[in-house]
Amino acid sequence: MMVAIADEISGLEGRGRYRALVARRILILSGLIAALFLSVAVDMALGPANYPLADVLTALFSSDTVTDQLRVVIWDIRMPIALMAVTVGASLSVAGAQMQTILANPLASPFTLGISAAAGFGAALGLVAGVAVFPVAVQYMVPLNAFLMAMLAALFIHFASTMHGVTVETIVLLGIALVFTFNAALSLLEYLASEQALAAVVFWTMGSLTKATWPKVWITAAVLIVAVPLFARHAWALTALRLGDDKAASFGINVRRLRLETMLIVSLLAAIPVSFVGTIGFVGLVGPHIARMLVGEDQRFFLPASVLCGALLLSVTSVVSKMIIPGAVLPIGIITALVGVPFFFVLIFTNRRRAW
Amino acid sequence: MVALRLDAVGATYGRRTVLSGIDTGTLRGGGLTAVIGPNAAGKSTLFKRIAGLAAGPGLVHLTDTEKGPETICYMPQDTGANAVLTVYESVLLSAKQGSGWKVKNGELAEIDRVLAALRIDDLAFRGLGELSGGQRQLVSIAQALVRKPEVLLMDEPTSALDLFRQIEVLGFMKRLAEQSGMAVLIALHDLNHALRYCDDTIVISGGSVAASGPTHQVITAEMLKSVYRVEARVESCSHGRPVIIVDDSIPLR
Repeated sequence: MMVAIADEISGLEGRGRYRALVARRILILSGLIAALFLSVAVDMALGPANYPLADVLTALFSSDTVTDQLRVVIWDIRMPIALMAVTVGASLSVAGAQMQTILANPLASPFTLGISAAAGFGAALGLVAGVAVFPVAVQYMVPLNAFLMAMLAALFIHFASTMHGVTVETIVLLGIALVFTFNAALSLLEYLASEQALAAVVFWTMGSLTKATWPKVWITAAVLIVAVPLFARHAWALTALRLGDDKAASFGINVRRLRLETMLIVSLLAAIPVSFVGTIGFVGLVGPHIARMLVGEDQRFFLPASVLCGALLLSVTSVVSKMIIPGAVLPIGIITALVGVPFFFVLIFTNRRRAW
Repeated sequence: MVALRLDAVGATYGRRTVLSGIDTGTLRGGGLTAVIGPNAAGKSTLFKRIAGLAAGPGLVHLTDTEKGPETICYMPQDTGANAVLTVYESVLLSAKQGSGWKVKNGELAEIDRVLAALRIDDLAFRGLGELSGGQRQLVSIAQALVRKPEVLLMDEPTSALDLFRQIEVLGFMKRLAEQSGMAVLIALHDLNHALRYCDDTIVISGGSVAASGPTHQVITAEMLKSVYRVEARVESCSHGRPVIIVDDSIPLR
């Protein structure tokens, strides 16, 4: 195959160079998959007791040959947390990627547009006041409250964006207004909360993977597994949105419907993880930007790259959160920015021409 | 050869009527038709209405073609400067709408052909954000041509081009229309270009047709005065071509 590609390049035709570009992108995606696998393995090796990577791999692929204790630690305790990092990172990153695409806004992400803040307020309503926004299944009150408030915020942003005369700048300002509003409401609840409830709210808003369970992993993964193919089906149309609404419409795309469908799926993708693990900022903003710098905005590559970049970013963050203070796991929401920012700076300054 | 005719066509945005009662004779393929008029006259809206992208009354008759309305291609002014895509990808994007992920060699060969015809093959792997406004206009034309339309509606395609590129693009489009039988409607602000390249002209003013017909009959001193509020003459140059000589503009009321 490499010989064939080389032959085509030597012809210096556009199609040969295009095939080479595609091959390079597939290589980048493969590299991201390998890095993600390694990061997840390291994540599972680290904890109160550190295991050699070889033992982790043996426990994963030949679990009968390891001790019961190692099998239980890897499969039942560490794997849900490690995979939660992957699914949450991937979900938030894809949600951010598609928000940036449909709102034509590089600052769009669940965090910057107030969706995470809304979820935080919803969770605090349950934790502090015992108010269930959706008064069914009271045992799931906190995640359900968070989810419903996040959905409301996402839909508000969507419908505001479709109003006549609303610009990209207006959407950012609306998002900032939502962040301030929900944070103020959250502060009010914290001020009124009991000491115990306050501690619970503060911990929740920091974001933490430690409460991950298999059912939460499955639900988050299921939403991702349903959402990504739905986006993939519209890969060409979503890419065309980046050329502007008029241009996309001229290609025969029903821009309004595509935007609404995408925002509904994005709302789910953004709300579910936040409702389970709390506020984790940055991944939804930076994951897509890193993906964009690596593979451009053709959604056939940008979509999987966003999934992988978000998953890798949060998985690496999970590893780092265990290494800073030996024996302790810091809330991952604190670490995401600390890990992501330096990496992001390097990419921006080495790849300026291709940034948004 | 494809033919297009508008019958009492109008366009509305919500409750606001932007265009009304637009009638044209039969516009046959094989040449360029200029659509001219002052700013905000409704030229872009007319193109969107013809392409089915704006709502409104009236009928757009498309005849002498085996294809449906999808053969009408609107080329907006919007050129997508922020997209992180190469020129090649952006043209591929236009060709692939509504089809699967797999890209065939034949589709890529067509892109190569269109880019070479427009002489922008050297830009193929440059990012859209790295191009000048004029270069992006040429990419926009490539995006339209790769869809092989029979009716092409070009919204001010020369607005960001230097004089050489304007002449090159209009000359290219005229030859292309003559060879392929495509009907090309071009919104233009430079009326000398309309006189030189376009067989027919439609004048839009205030949301309706102020004049239409063969270009040399439509672009007259009277029309320039009533529609553009400009005192001007239309005279023959030393090569025998009609040119507009502007004397003065009528002061704003």
